[in-house]
Amino acid sequence: MYKYDKFDTQIVNERVRQYENQLLRFLNKELTDDEFRPLRLQNGLYIQRHAPMLRVAIPYGMLTSDQLRALADIADTYDRGYGHISTRQNIQFNWPKLEETPKILAALAKVEMHAIQTSGNCIRNITTDPYAGVSPDEIIDTRYIAEILRQWSTFHPEFSLLPRKFKISISGSEHDRALIKTHDIGIELKLKENKIFANIWVGGGLGRTPMLGELIKENLPIQYILSYCESILRIYNIYGRRDNMYKARIKILVKTLGIDEFKRQVEDDWAEGKLSSIELDELEISRVKKYFTEPNYVINLPSIKKDETENKSFYYWLKRNTRQHKKDGYRTVTISLKFKGNPPGDLSSGQMRHIAKLSDEFSFGEIRTTHEQNIVLADVEEQKLELLYEKLKEVNLHENNIGLLSDIICCPGGDFCSLANAKSIPIANSIQTLLDNYDYLYELNSISLNISGCMNACGHHHVGNIGILGVDKDGSEWYQITLGGSQGSNAAIGKVIGRSFSAEEIPGVIKKIIECYLENRNDDNELFINCIDRIGLDPFKEYVYGKN
Amino acid sequence: MTYSNLIIKNTIQENDYFLFFPETKETEIKKQAGKVVQYKLTGDLSPSDEALKNQALPDHHKVLFPLRLYLIRKADIESKYSNFGLWINTHDELDLLKQVKDINKIPVIGIFIEKFADGRAYSQGTLIRQRYNFQNDLRAIGEILKDQIFYLKRSGFTSYLIKEGKNVEDALLSLHDFSESYQGRLDEEPLWKRVSRK
Repeated sequence: MYKYDKFDTQIVNERVRQYENQLLRFLNKELTDDEFRPLRLQNGLYIQRHAPMLRVAIPYGMLTSDQLRALADIADTYDRGYGHISTRQNIQFNWPKLEETPKILAALAKVEMHAIQTSGNCIRNITTDPYAGVSPDEIIDTRYIAEILRQWSTFHPEFSLLPRKFKISISGSEHDRALIKTHDIGIELKLKENKIFANIWVGGGLGRTPMLGELIKENLPIQYILSYCESILRIYNIYGRRDNMYKARIKILVKTLGIDEFKRQVEDDWAEGKLSSIELDELEISRVKKYFTEPNYVINLPSIKKDETENKSFYYWLKRNTRQHKKDGYRTVTISLKFKGNPPGDLSSGQMRHIAKLSDEFSFGEIRTTHEQNIVLADVEEQKLELLYEKLKEVNLHENNIGLLSDIICCPGGDFCSLANAKSIPIANSIQTLLDNYDYLYELNSISLNISGCMNACGHHHVGNIGILGVDKDGSEWYQITLGGSQGSNAAIGKVIGRSFSAEEIPGVIKKIIECYLENRNDDNELFINCIDRIGLDPFKEYVYGKN
Repeated sequence: MTYSNLIIKNTIQENDYFLFFPETKETEIKKQAGKVVQYKLTGDLSPSDEALKNQALPDHHKVLFPLRLYLIRKADIESKYSNFGLWINTHDELDLLKQVKDINKIPVIGIFIEKFADGRAYSQGTLIRQRYNFQNDLRAIGEILKDQIFYLKRSGFTSYLIKEGKNVEDALLSLHDFSESYQGRLDEEPLWKRVSRK
């Protein structure tokens, strides 16, 4: 886990003072709304439907137990006792008072946290695989490269006011769990003769015009990663559209120029700037890498025999919510924040403190957030899993649905967000109620369902096997369904199945989609997404809309 | 438009150059469909080449001329003024600077930032220093607030005309908003090369 040195601390403290001054000038009317907007956004502050929303950065999704406890205290002191895990692995507070935001930032700075660049037209929080460092299929631990990128992108002067937001994600395993093809820049790390190389993807993104990124550079030696990203960003900063915010993302520029021409411009710029003083060296890489060494794993731990347990509910949870660890005798646990009555991703201050305590007891005091809006305890001894399960049960965090249809990914939607066309949390709740009465949920195996309240696509609906998008029709809320989206190495963008539905119709529609799948799948092992790929959308359309 | 709040390096100074805006009765329409151009952020008109040819020149001694006007009226300007600088728009192609014979004979180059949120000047400033090797005063003009100038400084700018109505003494303090920066820029090496980090 990265620890601040005096320079990090100083920069974050100076940021708190800078922001405080900006807010004061705004409150004293020395700054107009238009002037204050980009400033507050770059500090994660939105003006929302009911109150401002403050988005706090969780760099590459990693937290210590003390940080989580501090977030719980902030939720109690300045908010309404809860926070919301976002699809960028950050945490959002929905009810802070504008005047109190500097105090929140000061409280965050004390535990080495901040809200820098969690919004606005700048380089956002760097995201990566939530299982980095512990997954058996990992080639390179991405976290130290992510930390190097975090520092490089923090207050980067040249890219502080880009045409639009800019998201970078990084993956270092065989299976991409960081969605690199739906990011403005996606970095895929590889190892060759003990040296790290990167494949760079550019121009992916969701939102109004979903696109998968294109490969712009193969086998880039890792020391050039910063200068190459700078060249991409420079071409984008100068030529990206600024006249129309809906056409301002880098994907539009890449598409307009074509990947070959875009690449030519980037490479020309890079050739001129290469070998500048910003290139990384072994010393710096190994300095940052030292923060991410393995915890003190116990060796020769016994493995448990999963099939022999008497405790059935624990057994189901073990199967669904834990995954293989690179070390024998350990497993990685995902705690589901998707259970009935809970808006997906919400976490109460009590639950935060409980998870912090459990992480101290069971997982070296570290916690991770995932872009699926769940929580990960990465390093749990197998023999202690049942005890952990029982303790999670005490605070209702034992839902065993990771990867299942009820593990819904969902933005805050029209209940909170002023951009939204439609509510999304009640839709998630109504689907969860449907699935509660559904005996076959576990037999359905993995199906992802993503809900976004508008085309900004914070709920990543394009890459959900089932995607639900809130749309506005003549001032009322409707929902469009897409099928066939997927994330990971075989990323795909879902296709719209037809006319949109009212909120009341949605559970019925989901039910019909499931029935169609159950009817058509080859056998119990054929996944929903594979079934769609095989039979196409027509049978599903027929089930949902009828024959004509 | 009059500008008066000028910061050069680390001090507030009397405004030296007259910032000259040509008349914009005629418009040059920038085609946007089908090709990538640098977009203007406001609906303000740009003067056409024809208008620039007939533009009356100001009576001031020290003037900042728009680069396009200078390139069209080089002989007129060079014979009439002994001390002049140039300014460019954020939507101008930087390549135009290649037509300036000896860039380091120009004492000041300004970049006009129409809108606070327009971040192109940061890349342009960087390139003017790094690729065009401009050594003299690089000036930010237009909608300049204290909140930009720390970044502008790190992107090669050396003077700032603070937007009228804003507190220039307060803006001056912002040159030191941060005592350290992570990334390397221009002549400044990245933090990890400059200090010992443990």
